[in-house]
Amino acid sequence: MSAALHAEWTKLRTYPGTAWLLLAVVAVTVAVSAAAAASARCPAAGCGQDPSKISFTGVDLGQAAVAIVAVLAVSAEYSTGMIRTTLAAMPGRIKLLAAKAAVVSVLILAAGALAAAGSLLTGWLILPGHGFTRAHGFAPLTLADGPVLRATAGSVLYLALIGLLSLGAAAAVRDSAVAIGLVLGVLYLLPIVAAVVSNATVRRHLLQAAPMTAGLDIQATTGLRSLPLSPWQGLAVLAAWAAGALLAGGLLLRLRDA
Amino acid sequence: MTATQAPPRTAAPAEHGSFAATLRAEWTKFRTVRGWVIGLTVAALVTVLVGLLSGAGSMSSCNGHPCHFLHPVGPGGEAVTDTFYFVHRPLASHGSITARVTSLTGELPTATGSGRVRAGQGPQSGMHPGLEPWSKGGLIIKANTTQGSAYAAVLVTGDHGARMQYDYTQDIAGPPGRPAPASPRWLRLTRAGDTITGYASADGTHWTQVGIATLPGLPATVQAGMFATSPPYSVTTAQGLLGMSGTGGPTLASAALDHVSLHGTVPGAWTGTQLGAGRSDASPAMPGRYHQAGGTFTVTGSGDIAPDAPGGGGPGQTLDHTLVGALAGLIAVVVVAAMFITAEYRHGLIRTTCAASPRRGQVLAAKAIVIAAVSFAAGLAAAAVAIPLGSHVLRANGNYLYPVSLLTEVRLVAGTAAMLAVAAVLALALGAMLRRSAIAVTLVIAAIILPYLVAVTNVLPPGAGNWLMRLVPAAGFAIQQTIPNYPQVSNACAVAQGCYPLAPWAGFAVLCAWAAAALCGALLLLRRRDA
Repeated sequence: MSAALHAEWTKLRTYPGTAWLLLAVVAVTVAVSAAAAASARCPAAGCGQDPSKISFTGVDLGQAAVAIVAVLAVSAEYSTGMIRTTLAAMPGRIKLLAAKAAVVSVLILAAGALAAAGSLLTGWLILPGHGFTRAHGFAPLTLADGPVLRATAGSVLYLALIGLLSLGAAAAVRDSAVAIGLVLGVLYLLPIVAAVVSNATVRRHLLQAAPMTAGLDIQATTGLRSLPLSPWQGLAVLAAWAAGALLAGGLLLRLRDA
Repeated sequence: MTATQAPPRTAAPAEHGSFAATLRAEWTKFRTVRGWVIGLTVAALVTVLVGLLSGAGSMSSCNGHPCHFLHPVGPGGEAVTDTFYFVHRPLASHGSITARVTSLTGELPTATGSGRVRAGQGPQSGMHPGLEPWSKGGLIIKANTTQGSAYAAVLVTGDHGARMQYDYTQDIAGPPGRPAPASPRWLRLTRAGDTITGYASADGTHWTQVGIATLPGLPATVQAGMFATSPPYSVTTAQGLLGMSGTGGPTLASAALDHVSLHGTVPGAWTGTQLGAGRSDASPAMPGRYHQAGGTFTVTGSGDIAPDAPGGGGPGQTLDHTLVGALAGLIAVVVVAAMFITAEYRHGLIRTTCAASPRRGQVLAAKAIVIAAVSFAAGLAAAAVAIPLGSHVLRANGNYLYPVSLLTEVRLVAGTAAMLAVAAVLALALGAMLRRSAIAVTLVIAAIILPYLVAVTNVLPPGAGNWLMRLVPAAGFAIQQTIPNYPQVSNACAVAQGCYPLAPWAGFAVLCAWAAAALCGALLLLRRRDA
């Protein structure tokens, strides 16, 4: 297994886009979070906003870059034909997928930690100036606060799970464009459909089932009771999606010719 | 010594260099890749299916029963709200009505401590003095006392000065200011056949014309008189994926009028009539009343005389809700469009392509035309099926759909198809620039779908969200707006309700500008780079 990990690490490290994409994960996440924090206003106490959710808004876009990293870790091998060499050297296909998943997860956890820390920092710097003060009922955004710590760590885990979901999808469909379209479609479309559906019960169920909305419940620190799922339940839903995608990808990888 | 010069090489046969040949080559490439044809078919199918599923999940009920609301329709075929208190007398085909408005006051619901009341519920226990910006009262000439009939009114408002309004959608600004006993506002409407002219004055002697309304087919005898009405008050305190929660409820406006004079009346006395405000009214309103003391009339009413627009708390849905599946179709189209160029790089076919037609601009143009045409065709077919099927499902689920004109429906179908085509061109251009389909697809999705998601789910405050929807390619969704943004209706109509910050064609132009810029960038890079 360590040889497999080493091989995957070398491939991913030397792929020309990886470093840029990981940099994009951090930059995009922090930039969008900063923009969201800069546009947020809390004029009075009880403005019904969640400073933690605002600070981590960038994850909405950052996850797209994460999905590219994970998809390319699989699809790039198919587009260059490298996959045949890989499989000749490493016939255990499930082991291969596990090694890929491990390496991609570590990279994304590292980039995600930087992205989440940067987002939290921008929120901590910007939001108090926009009315998110103690006087309006908001504690400072620091990791010493339990829910904020959970939101920060959860955002990092969220990104890693999105990476695994994308990896599984890419292993299943092989082509990078189709895989990324599928992943981003599932992530972004289900919440839109939920918003358009007028029946409140159906909407709630959609929000519970969609990987993005369920997973992002982990970022909430206020109004936890009105959430469709509790934060960790939500992340568990996303984990189930990721597990399902990896399972499907692993199965198809085993069954098909490369 | 003679230098022999080789004859200049003849240009390649016209057929090879011609644009038509390039176009044909690109069409053949598209047509013969099974995956791409399947991709486009999938785009059309998911557009219809997702639309149907979202319609199927939109069961509407009022306390467990199907809703029965009255939806009056105005002279232009649009849904209208026509709820007010009317004090009227018959008026012949030529005549006028004049009055002095000495005050416009009102009552707003008081939000109690636990008073998070959803807009759309009945009267509040407590009311306090106050006016809505569009609370209004004044003079009106109306075809009859049925809801939705033609009218013209000259009126004073809470915050928008004197206005002339007619036939629900038309609104002309007059002199500013709210009337008060110290600074009353004189109003006059004159009728000459189908033409009604509105005037306003500060003193009753110097009149300025506010506007002229033509109401075709106005009956010989109409009803003329005074009215007051006030739209429901609503403050959205939190918006999110679980829907809006807000405080609100019906409001009241009272107009005090004196020096009332009519010319051209047929015999009859002043009658007070309440239009709407029943249980089957879609928007909340309280019954009104009137009171006459000497020459002074005090008319109190609740409701609105305006187009019934989405976002006002009413139960209606806009027709573009049947097209939510176009977002899924768009993703499929974008994937195919990006692969249409990146696959050439992947397989090295681009070198053959460039050898066969060395003018790279032509190749790019041919590719853009082919992908735009097939995407447009797929979108057209999908939208033409999704709209009738989707509206059938929505209506069967007890939803009310705002009526739209045939022209708007055609714009909705063609505009959705055009949006898919332009998004495909954008993806193609980005694919040509980046040569990596995954990144090109992600960029297009992040530029079109993500801003729409952010706007629909109110992640950003409304101001920032609106600017986003003006600037990024997602502005193109404006082409799907079916009910215009009426300035005379203060509703919370946002992207989720089918309202966009830009006009339909302006929004579409923003998307086109992005695609054009991307094409220019792609052309530049294609020419400069080796393939």
